[in-house]
Amino acid sequence: MNIVVCIKQVPDSTHIRVHPVTNTIMRQGVPAVINPYDLFAIEAALQIRDTHGGKVTVITMGPPPAAVALRKALAYGCDEAVLITDKIFSGADTLATSYVLASAIATLGKEQPVDLVFTGKQTIDGDTAQVGPGIAKRLNLELLTYVSKIVAVNREAGKIQVERRAEGGVQLLETRLPALITMLEGTNEIRFGSAPDMFRAARAEIRTWDRESAGIEDLKKVGLKGSPTVVSRVFGPTPRAEKAQQIAFDPAAPQAATDALLEKVLAEIPKVGKELERHKVEAGAGANHE
Amino acid sequence: MSNAKTDKPIKKRKVKLEGDLLNYKGVWVLVESERGHVHPVSWELMGQGRLLADQLGVELCGVVMGAPGPELQAQCEAAFAYGADRCYRVASPVLADYRNVPYTQALTDLVNQFKPEIMLLGATTLGRDLAGSVATTLKTGLTADCTELAIDPEDRCLLSTRPTFGGSLLCTIVTLNYRPQMATVRHRVMPMPEAQPERSGLIVDVDPHLVETDVITKILDFVPDDQSGKPQLPYAEMIVSGGKGLGKAENFKLVWDLAKTLGAEVGASRAAIHAGWIAADRQVGQTGKTVRPALYIAAGISGAIQHRVGMEASDCIIAINNDPSAPIFDFAHYAIVGDCVQVLPALRKTFAAYLGKP
Repeated sequence: MNIVVCIKQVPDSTHIRVHPVTNTIMRQGVPAVINPYDLFAIEAALQIRDTHGGKVTVITMGPPPAAVALRKALAYGCDEAVLITDKIFSGADTLATSYVLASAIATLGKEQPVDLVFTGKQTIDGDTAQVGPGIAKRLNLELLTYVSKIVAVNREAGKIQVERRAEGGVQLLETRLPALITMLEGTNEIRFGSAPDMFRAARAEIRTWDRESAGIEDLKKVGLKGSPTVVSRVFGPTPRAEKAQQIAFDPAAPQAATDALLEKVLAEIPKVGKELERHKVEAGAGANHE
Repeated sequence: MSNAKTDKPIKKRKVKLEGDLLNYKGVWVLVESERGHVHPVSWELMGQGRLLADQLGVELCGVVMGAPGPELQAQCEAAFAYGADRCYRVASPVLADYRNVPYTQALTDLVNQFKPEIMLLGATTLGRDLAGSVATTLKTGLTADCTELAIDPEDRCLLSTRPTFGGSLLCTIVTLNYRPQMATVRHRVMPMPEAQPERSGLIVDVDPHLVETDVITKILDFVPDDQSGKPQLPYAEMIVSGGKGLGKAENFKLVWDLAKTLGAEVGASRAAIHAGWIAADRQVGQTGKTVRPALYIAAGISGAIQHRVGMEASDCIIAINNDPSAPIFDFAHYAIVGDCVQVLPALRKTFAAYLGKP
């Protein structure tokens, strides 16, 4: 099996802070990590390789420091890594990003046909879930999104069975390879890399591809120029027009404050009173059955 | 972007539609159904689509796809009741259950034939799978998980607003010289419009020319979820949520206690989930559930945008936090600055006395 996993290096969102005065993102000192959703894709790919043989190539599009994320993926046990980096790729939205990644996967496919492509469900910084479907469409791969379980892989027949999370239930799907799978979170646990893998990762040479080596055919489709969407405004949240009513709280008499609060709420927002009344009735009715 | 000043337009790029793009007219909403059941997000979008179509002075159209039968007729009639002027009915046995390839092909062909300027889909597993694919085959812009949709009066462009940077800021995204402009919206973000059963409209039947033998992916089985014992946050009318401000996992019990007295659902912020204090299916916010209860009590939740967009449509928000500068006080209706460990038990007693409970 020749498997490609697409990952993204993202700022660790739990560390992102917004400057209280200027409303700008404070990026200094925010650690970068592999998008947490991608770890489930990496582990799923490694498990298939371990059972069926072959190799796992991890790729990312990003600035040169994204090589750190690739090295981390090698330490988990991925076999090869390709960094796709070029100044003209910057400012890409999901359509332009999927074009670059699809081109690179097609280029890898010239060395050896690709059987499976994995991505995470979405990234934690963009949260769009659009790049996986975009790559699948561009490469004409069967698309399996929100996969919760790889049920069976039949290498000889070129078939795969998966469970896919749908609205209100789980689909059991069977399709032919090559396919693209976006892996659902919580479906496996990323392994600790073995000591040999960690040593190999530290020394490994990471292939770096620019527009030419990635096989980009149409430069108008990449970066800001190739992106149909434009961010027209970034802004902080606006406070509600009316300020929140402060309820004075004295730890010595806590219930005085909460009684006052309920009185205010009941007087000012009738819908809450109605809801509580309904609950009173329901609770009373329920008590009769006990 | 690292120094992007906010609250100012980054740049105003002119929209210059040329040639065939000028022919794209009308607002479309995908009526999402699985096994005959329409996802309510579709009707929420129909209500929002009605506003956009009226502002643009164009038709609102529903797209109804599935196996031929009376269900599709009923879905078209429901679409009219919720505001559609016209429905495109795409019927084929191949579309009986959702699969990416036939749905993508049918919707792509439909857009190319009838050319809408705006197309809205629910941000469900189906909607995101389909929207991401169709935006690629159409080579157009798509904005995911929008919390606000509006029309720019100057150039008639769709302004799609969504949280960004992991939910710490908001951004407005426009699709310049490509059509249609596509967006997905999560369930419960937009209000449910009232159905007007007397409304009717025009049904346009379209044959998608799909053949089952051309479709590689097969559905072998479908196992419906067991909903018993699962949190029903989206439709709860009262919710008590806890965040990192509770201090430690044990204090989350105070949230459960208050919820039990109220008969309320229990929610949580992303930080509380990440801390492992409560199960992930309780998360309220951009990456969790969107809720619209009558009463929302936020205990120890700071109120980052990530959380705010998931609950700010609540009729009454009571915020408890010992940090007087917490952003949640900017949009709560009632504020108690104090320690949750002291406030929550008092609040429970107050409600218990009112409800005549122990």
